[in-house]
Amino acid sequence: MLGRTAASLFWTSRYNERAENMARLLEVGYRIAMTPRLGQDAADDWRSTLVSAGCESRFFAKHDEINKRAVMLHMLFDPDNPSSVRSCIEAARNNARSVRTAITGEMWESINTTYIEFMEVRPQHMSDDRLPDFLSWIKQRSMLYRGALLGTLMRNEGYHFSQFGTFIERADNTARILDVKYWILLPDNEMIGGSLDRYQWSTILRSVSAHRSYRHAYRDAHIRPFNVAQFLILRKEMPRSLAYCYDWIEESAEALAQRYGEHPPSHEMATATAALLGKGTMGEIFQEGLHEFLTDMITRNNALGTQLAEDYHFA
Amino acid sequence: MEQSDIFNEMLAADGTPRAPYRQLADWFETQSPSVMRKKSREAETIFRRLGITFAVYGTAEATERLIPFDIIPRILSASEWRRLSAGIDQRVRALNAFLHDIYHRQEIIRAGRIPADLVIQNEAFLPEMIGFTPPRRVYAHIIGTDLVRVNEEDFYVLEDNTRTPSGVSYMLENRETMMRMFPELFQQNRVAPIEHYPELLRETLESVAPPHCDSEPTVCVLTPGIFNSAYFEHAFLADSMGVELCEARDLFVEGGKVFMRTTRAPEQVHVIYRRIDDAFLDPLTFRPDSMLGVPGLFDAYRAGNVTICNAPGTGIADDKAIYAYVPDIIEFYTGQKPILKNVPTWNCAKPEELAHVLAHLPELVVKEVHGSGGYGMLIGPTASKRELAEFTRRLKARPGNYIAQPTLALSACPTHVASGLAPRHVDLRPYVLVGDKVRITPGGLTRVALKKGSLVVNSSQGGGTKDTWVLED
Repeated sequence: MLGRTAASLFWTSRYNERAENMARLLEVGYRIAMTPRLGQDAADDWRSTLVSAGCESRFFAKHDEINKRAVMLHMLFDPDNPSSVRSCIEAARNNARSVRTAITGEMWESINTTYIEFMEVRPQHMSDDRLPDFLSWIKQRSMLYRGALLGTLMRNEGYHFSQFGTFIERADNTARILDVKYWILLPDNEMIGGSLDRYQWSTILRSVSAHRSYRHAYRDAHIRPFNVAQFLILRKEMPRSLAYCYDWIEESAEALAQRYGEHPPSHEMATATAALLGKGTMGEIFQEGLHEFLTDMITRNNALGTQLAEDYHFA
Repeated sequence: MEQSDIFNEMLAADGTPRAPYRQLADWFETQSPSVMRKKSREAETIFRRLGITFAVYGTAEATERLIPFDIIPRILSASEWRRLSAGIDQRVRALNAFLHDIYHRQEIIRAGRIPADLVIQNEAFLPEMIGFTPPRRVYAHIIGTDLVRVNEEDFYVLEDNTRTPSGVSYMLENRETMMRMFPELFQQNRVAPIEHYPELLRETLESVAPPHCDSEPTVCVLTPGIFNSAYFEHAFLADSMGVELCEARDLFVEGGKVFMRTTRAPEQVHVIYRRIDDAFLDPLTFRPDSMLGVPGLFDAYRAGNVTICNAPGTGIADDKAIYAYVPDIIEFYTGQKPILKNVPTWNCAKPEELAHVLAHLPELVVKEVHGSGGYGMLIGPTASKRELAEFTRRLKARPGNYIAQPTLALSACPTHVASGLAPRHVDLRPYVLVGDKVRITPGGLTRVALKKGSLVVNSSQGGGTKDTWVLED
């Protein structure tokens, strides 16, 4: 497989995943905006949304102050924001287009149709009442691509490069969401947790579509921050947890190592991070510092992406 | 041109359908106009979703456009096709023999059958190819012969397209779309299949691998990238052959061999189906100023370590000035009379021919010698006074840049328009593969001038395409 092909598969999946995450973060942002203010500034919530999405500095490069509509337009449609849904869809589609031979017709059709239909949407017509449908459409289109990939792509190296893209992006997203609000998850909070905190905890769960599954995983009437952190970091049955992401990353790293008969540095990095998540306990993590742990995870995750590019000649 | 002079491929002079179209005509009678309009829109949706687009240069908006697809097929009988394919076979063999000759002993020039200047001074003649013999002596492996029909009997060759003919993906996707939309038509008519074209292409490419390639040859398609107008086709062909689609940056030359940069060790490439122009193959040989291409590729080629398809320098065989000599070329190398007709051509470089052209400009078609895509041509009968004056000026200024031909009465095929069926002018581009043998796919791409009365079928000028059927006996 051409190094360029591997790179494009990696980025197609990564951008596809990012588009979905952006839509989900906006959904949560709107939900917060609809909830009675809990003694807090609305701009702060939108700021958290921008920070979770990694869009804060770019947003303020163009805007002086935060308001709902400006954030929505920036995160959905702004071509100057490389993480806007529009940029993600366009980048995913361009990458897919340059590797038409390495993806299936179903994968191409799904991403191409998403692109065509997204480009027909006029930002000025995106009113608040149309937004929920539109956001859920974005998520569905992203899942459709992923479904086409899982259902039709041969389990060869291309599949593994796609998996890297998906799960490195997803791990980054989950770690970031947790880190933006890490202090409300600290054990001290549990004792004093007021309604504001409870509300924040459930927001975090919603940002990763986990507010229902959490209930099934923890049979406890109250959301407990310790559990939320554990659920999103260590629980492997939660498909957006760091541990789950690294399970897949490790599997793909191993599969490529087997296939190519060599263990490059990226393989070692993937294995080490997966082991950390597999053997770690929340007690240890809190002891070392949740923020420090999450920062370390984000750094490791980024470094893995860079190392993969080097090991498999993405250039 | 009078309507009555035009050969209608579907209807005979008495208004009854010609034999190959009988089933289709009966079927169309039973279809409701609104359903046909719906099907026509459906076809467009299919094409857009699949991403079957081409780029139009020079337009700011929408770099990707659809070529309009007409849902009424163009049909050729088995016997019509036999004659056509025999003519094409003869022609591509002769052109390959010609290419080998002019890059070696130049017998045809010595024999005085073609002027030396026309070959040697030609921009498309590549001195770097002199003395080099590609595997199986094949230069033009993939050819699209442009034909037009003028009556029951006669087909004329307009152009030979021996460089990098495009459009074969449309031929294949048009068929797929027709089969998806009108399965009943394929039960009623015995239409020769074309879906194996990618296999034939791969066989052809493998058959011209360097002779000392002892493993299975590795083939790749070389594309300029996603912004090229025919990118869809490059990807489509690579995908359907199951080979890598490379850009120049994916390839490099080391020790006189060509390799792909892969996720692992570099992999040697034996055959390159290139869809980039000669000038952009190798900056070391052709364009020292260019960043494009694969440095050292031409040396690897001349060393016999890789085969480039089509060979560099094949452009001379479809040069518009050489075109006039193709009947001589066929006779010289095959000893036979040409089966397909050549359009009489005036070479404006010759003063007496230029005089004739200037005197008869309103009746003629004038083309640039190196032009393509229907750009920069004059169609005398439909041209305005201003256009005629403009071309008179251009012809006098640079006569060597032009050839002229009589305006042919292109045949017309029924085409789906708002009011039902209406005749529209068509041409035909069958796709020919030359390797260990000559492989011709039955049918080809029919291009149709969608504007009433228009003779220009190029997609860049508002032309569309049709599925093209060859009926089996």
